[in-house]
Amino acid sequence: MAEPLFTPEEQKKFDAGIAEIISHYPPERKSAGMLPALRVLQEIKGWLPPEGLRLVAKQLEVTPERAYEVASFYVMYHLKKPGKYVIDVCTNLSCSLWGAEKMLAYLEEKLGLKAGEANEKFTLRETECLASCGTAPCLQINEDHHESLTRAKLDAILAKLS
Amino acid sequence: MTATAKTIDPIISAAWGKPQSWTLDSYKKRGGYEGLKKALEMQPAAIIDEVKKSNLRGRGGAGFPTGLKWSFVPKDSPKPKYLAVNGDESEPGTFKDRYILEDDPHMMLEGIAIASYALGVHTCYVYLRGEFKFPAERCQAAIDEAYKAGIFGKKMLGKDFELNCYLVRGAGAYICGEETALLESLEGKKGWPRLKPPFPAVVGLFGSPTVVNNVETLASVPHVFTGGADWYAKLGTDKSGGTRLVCLSGSVNRPGVYEVSMFTTLAELIYDDKFGRGLPAGRKVKAVIPGGSSAPVLGADELDVAMEFEALKVKQTMAGSGGVIVMDDSTCMVRSLWRVARFYAEESCGQCTPCREGTPWQTRLLRKIEEGRGEPGDIEMLSNVASSIAPYPPIGLGNTICALGDAAALPTHSFLMRYRDEFEAHIREHRCPFGDKPWGSFGDWS
Repeated sequence: MAEPLFTPEEQKKFDAGIAEIISHYPPERKSAGMLPALRVLQEIKGWLPPEGLRLVAKQLEVTPERAYEVASFYVMYHLKKPGKYVIDVCTNLSCSLWGAEKMLAYLEEKLGLKAGEANEKFTLRETECLASCGTAPCLQINEDHHESLTRAKLDAILAKLS
Repeated sequence: MTATAKTIDPIISAAWGKPQSWTLDSYKKRGGYEGLKKALEMQPAAIIDEVKKSNLRGRGGAGFPTGLKWSFVPKDSPKPKYLAVNGDESEPGTFKDRYILEDDPHMMLEGIAIASYALGVHTCYVYLRGEFKFPAERCQAAIDEAYKAGIFGKKMLGKDFELNCYLVRGAGAYICGEETALLESLEGKKGWPRLKPPFPAVVGLFGSPTVVNNVETLASVPHVFTGGADWYAKLGTDKSGGTRLVCLSGSVNRPGVYEVSMFTTLAELIYDDKFGRGLPAGRKVKAVIPGGSSAPVLGADELDVAMEFEALKVKQTMAGSGGVIVMDDSTCMVRSLWRVARFYAEESCGQCTPCREGTPWQTRLLRKIEEGRGEPGDIEMLSNVASSIAPYPPIGLGNTICALGDAAALPTHSFLMRYRDEFEAHIREHRCPFGDKPWGSFGDWS
């Protein structure tokens, strides 16, 4: 027997999350809850394992292909297990004007990863505008924004990641 | 135009940065929800008329008159009606809605309540871009407060009108800021825009009449009722009422979000002490994008223009989402356009061939030119590819279902029109004339 996807506690969290989401939509429109449901799954497992996608699809009464289609369209969903810390560096125009490309190069060297690569601890990605153009350059680590970054500030943030 | 019209007291951003500004308590102390009280004493049709009279125009990009949009919702539809709030703020250079959500979310919620009452909407979805974790937390806390205070829920301030409001986070897709892609996403699908017509006001979410309004637009609505439509209209021009949030970024001393009058010019925004305070010593403006990265770029000699929908249209560009990006004379235009082109290639949803194939093609050509491998004919090819996505000058929508195609082609057309010599120099010299500093040197990372 394959190991179940969820621990009993995770299962409870998943069921409660899905029930809450479904209650926000008309009864015949359960599938509208796809984005938030995938978010619940990812919050529990850290990524979207295939058997999890199947479970979400079942709960929302759609095919697993539909869940996969949505999951693969949006960049914030992880179809592969990412590093413990996902670092998304904005290099769009306003950030690049404040040195974002150099900041990314600094991170690549410091973490020993190229943008787009991952190890157990870090996933490093180049990302699109994070709506922090007035406080450039910026990045997000596991969805937390860090803005107006200097070398010193970035070093201090990285030092706290264990 | 009177000189006094240029100095306005902020109305949307007045409380930003003040302690606890995001709480219901703070909002009420500042007169919050008084606009809703006034609206609830009016007939729904009169509310829509008032918004029409105020000349409020959508702040998401297109600048469509808000009252007119509301009036398109059929009154006799047997289907439920929906309000969808567009908080997908993803246009490069735009970062204003997040501060409304973070610092004064109740102002938007009051706008939601007024709009819903006027339109007969009983369910509202607030769609925020997935990356807005902190803004979403603040917004959700405010929604919870509004339920507890009897604004949302079974009754609206004691009146027999039910409104439920749900927050939905996206998951990283610029296209979902396009209103029909947003509706698709709200329906739990990938964000593929729909053909229009029918417009969402007639066939929107779940096939029902739906109004899609931007966060700032809705946050502006309460002021139409507290101050009156006439007062609100008089703040602005004949065709565009109220104040406007603009986002200043790039090569300026003081980037940030500023609430300006519709008469404030780009030059004032960049140089005035109240706003950007100019460029760093020794730098000059080379190019300014006035309304988010899709807006055609303006040159240094074109900045004496009000940051308002009609005035910028005359300059063949757009006020868009209010994202003003300043590039100085040490910035390479090829590199800048390459980065913008990459964005659209990354964010193209893949539905229409001209955009799906054309956006990476633009990117490859620009990379080739920037890296010194450009050949004679490449500039013409680039122009040709852009025209295949959306011709210039624009004649309504280009060759794609949604405006992302136009958004991807317009920067190329406008950069080539204004800075063609720089592109030619790259090809002639087989290198980037800016060497290893295409972004100039600015800030801590230079």
